Amino acid sequence: MALRRPFSSTWKLFRQNEVLGSSLQKFYSSSIATTRDSKFNSITEEDVTFFRSVVGPCNVVTSASALEGFNQDWMHTFQGASGLALRPTSTTQVQEILQHCNQRRLAVVPQGGNTGLVGGSVPVFDEVVLSTSRLDQVLAFDPVGGILTCQAGCVLETLNEYAEERGFVMPLDLGAKGSCHIGGNVSTNAGGLRVIRHGSLHGSVLGLEVVLPDGQLLDLNRPLRKDNTGLPLHHLFIGAEGTLGVVTAVSLLLPTRPSVVNVALLACSSFQTVQEIFMEARRSLGEIISAVEFFDRASLDLALRHLPGVADPLPADSAPFYVLLETQGAHGEHDTEKLHNFLAAIMSEEELDTKLRVVGGTLAQGAQQQQQLWRIREGITEALARAGAVFKYDLSMPVPLMYELVEEMRARLREEEDVSVVGYGHLGDDNLHLNISAPSERQSCTRLRGLIEPFVYEWTSNRGGSISAEHGIGQAKAQYMPLAHTPLALNLMRRIKTLFDPNGIMNPYKLLPRQICNSVGA
Amino acid sequence: MKILVGIKRVIEYSTKIRLKADFSGVETNLVKMSMNPFCEIAIEEAVRLKENGYASEVRVVSVGPSSSQETLRSALALGASSATHILTNRNVEPLGVARLLAEVARKYDSNLVLLGKQSIDEDNSQTGQMLAGLLGWPQATNAFKLTVLWPENKLVEVVREVDAGLETLRLALPAVVTVNLRMNSPRFATLPGILKAKKQPIEILSAQDFGVDITPHTQIMKLELPPKRPACKMVTSVDELINLIRTEAKVI
Repeated sequence: MALRRPFSSTWKLFRQNEVLGSSLQKFYSSSIATTRDSKFNSITEEDVTFFRSVVGPCNVVTSASALEGFNQDWMHTFQGASGLALRPTSTTQVQEILQHCNQRRLAVVPQGGNTGLVGGSVPVFDEVVLSTSRLDQVLAFDPVGGILTCQAGCVLETLNEYAEERGFVMPLDLGAKGSCHIGGNVSTNAGGLRVIRHGSLHGSVLGLEVVLPDGQLLDLNRPLRKDNTGLPLHHLFIGAEGTLGVVTAVSLLLPTRPSVVNVALLACSSFQTVQEIFMEARRSLGEIISAVEFFDRASLDLALRHLPGVADPLPADSAPFYVLLETQGAHGEHDTEKLHNFLAAIMSEEELDTKLRVVGGTLAQGAQQQQQLWRIREGITEALARAGAVFKYDLSMPVPLMYELVEEMRARLREEEDVSVVGYGHLGDDNLHLNISAPSERQSCTRLRGLIEPFVYEWTSNRGGSISAEHGIGQAKAQYMPLAHTPLALNLMRRIKTLFDPNGIMNPYKLLPRQICNSVGA
Repeated sequence: MKILVGIKRVIEYSTKIRLKADFSGVETNLVKMSMNPFCEIAIEEAVRLKENGYASEVRVVSVGPSSSQETLRSALALGASSATHILTNRNVEPLGVARLLAEVARKYDSNLVLLGKQSIDEDNSQTGQMLAGLLGWPQATNAFKLTVLWPENKLVEVVREVDAGLETLRLALPAVVTVNLRMNSPRFATLPGILKAKKQPIEILSAQDFGVDITPHTQIMKLELPPKRPACKMVTSVDELINLIRTEAKVI
């Protein structure tokens, strides 16, 4: 067999990666995957020619400048060195690509909107990027059942517009909706702002079409509300982060579109008040609640400073905590009455209700004001990215503990210059987003990161919380998986991974990297 | 100074407009309604004048069906001191509204009437101008800045956006000013304001109470949606694009 000459630009990058050259120091990469797995081959001219014949020359990307977007994540925290990205336009093409990569032992990273926050969607070394951006068609819609079937590369916001025109909405909503793909959402079991109302994707996803690593088509697409026929395989792929195969189509159950939406922002004097407000809201608003979010003053200040056109909605009521409450319902008067009763209760002058009292607040008058309030909460991530370096932690824990962690972290980093700790998140889902903002040049500062990790994960894990509520594991948290699961569980995960992907080509170095596999034994 | 602000309840600006089945009008049943965005700006300006001590009172008035009361309560929540509702289920033309506003202004001795420059449903931009004519007062439309000068002499200076640039006018009060988008950013109503507004009494009157005739002088002959735009054609090469420009668009 002739010796294959490595594809030239990939060859150069491979050499750099071998010694983790200084050009990559700009970005932080997971400390666990520091060496490229030698079992993978490198891409050759013959591979590129083959891919061109499968997807067409305009869907094969090889130029370094065009590949920048595929190689870097949204937060500019992770940098890959792929020399090849592919944009298949059909499931059959995805099959052909994977079959070839499996035979040739070429590692593959499936990539949707590339909005992930744990480096799960970008290459670590020279993996082939398989983009879903050209798999963007709606395939079917059942208006009676409210069931939508679409390809994996459909953008969430576009799907939401499609659904709204037909009297429905998508069952999830997140700040990245303008860019994220539904396939990526499913593969990461994305949560977002309305989990409290619509539940998780494990409930909304009715079926999937998946291409397995060897190119076989696994048709689990049953657009049926109920289907109890054997082991529910599709659930394995929801949250597998692309390590078991490529999701190419999704069937979703859609909630009906509400005819009235109300958004209130409440300023609270303490985290205790925040909790009491939440419990009272759940009690008196009940089924019309569609979102309960909180953010601290530090988060608001960041948003006001870095987001263009954003102003303080409560300039006279500055407070340490804010709760954003949204209701959605089918009947305007019913909802408004309930909401007004709730607001009257929490503004009460009576001594009995002092625990519930808010410092101030507002109820948005009209869609534009609603959007302005949401812009603040949804924009905090963007504001953090603009502010400089971000150390991002997405943790699940009982609500009463949430702000304790924020305050402990603040105390821990007290001596650090220009470093601020902010806390915000999905109050209704026990989900804290703890973020540490620092000057840009400190992104790769191992000393600063060492002050934060593994403390933040151990603190959470010791109190029975989760090290990743909704963002997933990706590259960033793979090394902490032993904090999340017992050796038995990790071993079973590894065995399932091997069952689906014997050659290990799907999204390597993520979720369950070799070190985890080695440490739990074969 | 006593300010009168006219406000209108319209279909929410972001809602897709649908026509009634018989094309006799726009479908408003179960459609999201809210305050006309330009009226919100007028209220914000009036409340600011009150907060800065130039006005002792801000009265809001609206002509419309009973649902207009919701809009009036929003205005009260934002800081208006009192509200008048002229109840009618008929579609009232700008001249009719202007006649009614003139009566209210006379009744309450208003010194300054602030209106949105137009409503986003009819886009007439006539009410303010007609009102000034009926009252015989000076007017400044499309205002984006209003300054009160020498309160004793009762003058306001208004900067208007016009096609040629900016025009500055000085008006002796009483006067009518219609406001433009860039004048201010409307505030968020505070919770105490919202809850207080719920209990505030609203004066309810009718066109007959003022002896104003609101019979329309125009009749809508036909209503239709704009023609559907043809689907976007994606081309795969420059040659194909040139060919289509030549053969289909016929511009070269």
